[in-house]
Amino acid sequence: MDLDFLWSILPRLLDGAAVTVVILTQAVIYGFILAVPMALARASHRATLWMPAYGFIFFFRGTPLLVQMFLIYYGLSQFGEIRASIVWPVLREAYWCAVIALTLNTTGYTAEILRSAIQAVPRGEVEAAKALGMSRALILRRIILPKAFRQALPAYVNEIVFLMKGSAVVFTITVVDLMGAANLIRARSFRVYEPLLAAAALYLILTLVITRFFAVLEDRLNPDRRAPAAAAPQLAGSSNRAPD
Amino acid sequence: MSELSSLFGFGSVGWGGQLVAGLSMTVRLAVVAFATGMALGMVGAWAKLSRSRALRVTADLYTTFVRGVPEILIVLLLFYGGASALRQLMEAFGHTGPVEINAFIAGFLALGFVNGAYSTEVFRGAILAVPKGQIEAAHAIGMSGPLVFRRVLFPQMMRYALPGLGNLWLIMLKDTALVSVIGLSDLLRAGYIAAGSTRKPFTFYIAVAVLFLVLTVVSMIAFYVIERRVSRGVRRG
Repeated sequence: MDLDFLWSILPRLLDGAAVTVVILTQAVIYGFILAVPMALARASHRATLWMPAYGFIFFFRGTPLLVQMFLIYYGLSQFGEIRASIVWPVLREAYWCAVIALTLNTTGYTAEILRSAIQAVPRGEVEAAKALGMSRALILRRIILPKAFRQALPAYVNEIVFLMKGSAVVFTITVVDLMGAANLIRARSFRVYEPLLAAAALYLILTLVITRFFAVLEDRLNPDRRAPAAAAPQLAGSSNRAPD
Repeated sequence: MSELSSLFGFGSVGWGGQLVAGLSMTVRLAVVAFATGMALGMVGAWAKLSRSRALRVTADLYTTFVRGVPEILIVLLLFYGGASALRQLMEAFGHTGPVEINAFIAGFLALGFVNGAYSTEVFRGAILAVPKGQIEAAHAIGMSGPLVFRRVLFPQMMRYALPGLGNLWLIMLKDTALVSVIGLSDLLRAGYIAAGSTRKPFTFYIAVAVLFLVLTVVSMIAFYVIERRVSRGVRRG
């Protein structure tokens, strides 16, 4: 380990880490927005809704992210119509293809997590809301989704960590993320351990930040699970003490 | 249809042969890496449950590292790092020149290393699910440690481990695609080469995706059958 060399490559690695964080944040936000309706469609009893959702989830969970990304980045250029259309300036960019692939991938996994959480909402609570005269939209907004989100959170955090690790493949389509920066340094300097191990350390830190952040969020969302605060002073030892 | 057969045909014109060869490489890599991972996972679970603090800490470091570091980084680390270490070793013995390690070996070691960390957790949970009294009873009637493992612990823990292992196998199948990055002629690499020379990237990447889906479905059916078989002595419902 050459510490001076390590110090000199750190700025480039941090630039890469920033790209990883930005791509990941975009994919997580867009993916979540898409996953909610996808999960509702998947949990629906109507075949025109659940069947396409099932197909989408099956495809994106059953194939490697790398294949999905190649399909978007290299694959779509096969069609002249797409190359001539207004979306081409976006689809031509490796960066946006990476974001799209990660978004669709996490949509598949998140939708499946949300579906099982939606189906785990106790039937009685939904029936009670119906009995109170709530509309379907209101039941969804006030009962089903809040309960499902809380239930899904631990699995969702796992998914985000997996997505962050998965996002490292974007370097194969020339995006210079943390992995990409480390790999460029490796190829140019002919040193393997310093850039790759430093990148591994930065990925570990990112994982830690993500899991800490969501641990706090989970605690906030579930005040009922918290240990009671020290507000009620215990009458410690009162039973043991002999009456004065 | 004739266009399709010329693209996917076997023999000198189509790419069917290459895709099948790639598929076979993908499955072989997944099987070898999965077996490596299971062996590592057994050792890891044993270390995590051992009385030695040093073993427990080592196993914790291992699983924490793998859970927080991208698979592709571990693949590259083993591929280039292994070559670099080997070159230094060879130079010490007077051999100079470029050294490259086999992509299959680097790939299965890296994927096995990753899989081992996840299967450590699966096996740890499975071992804890076997009632302690059974192990104690086996020891009490004079069975040796290895015999207790073979006759009492292993057959019962595998039933608990099976669903988790099934998931890990599906993850493993998909992770093999990463090894194409270091040049192994797997399924994705075959698709990549075919896509490049025919200028039909979408067609070939879809074909690759469909073949991965076929592997997934076949595996799911196989695990369903195995799970039913190993649970045949267990009452359901």
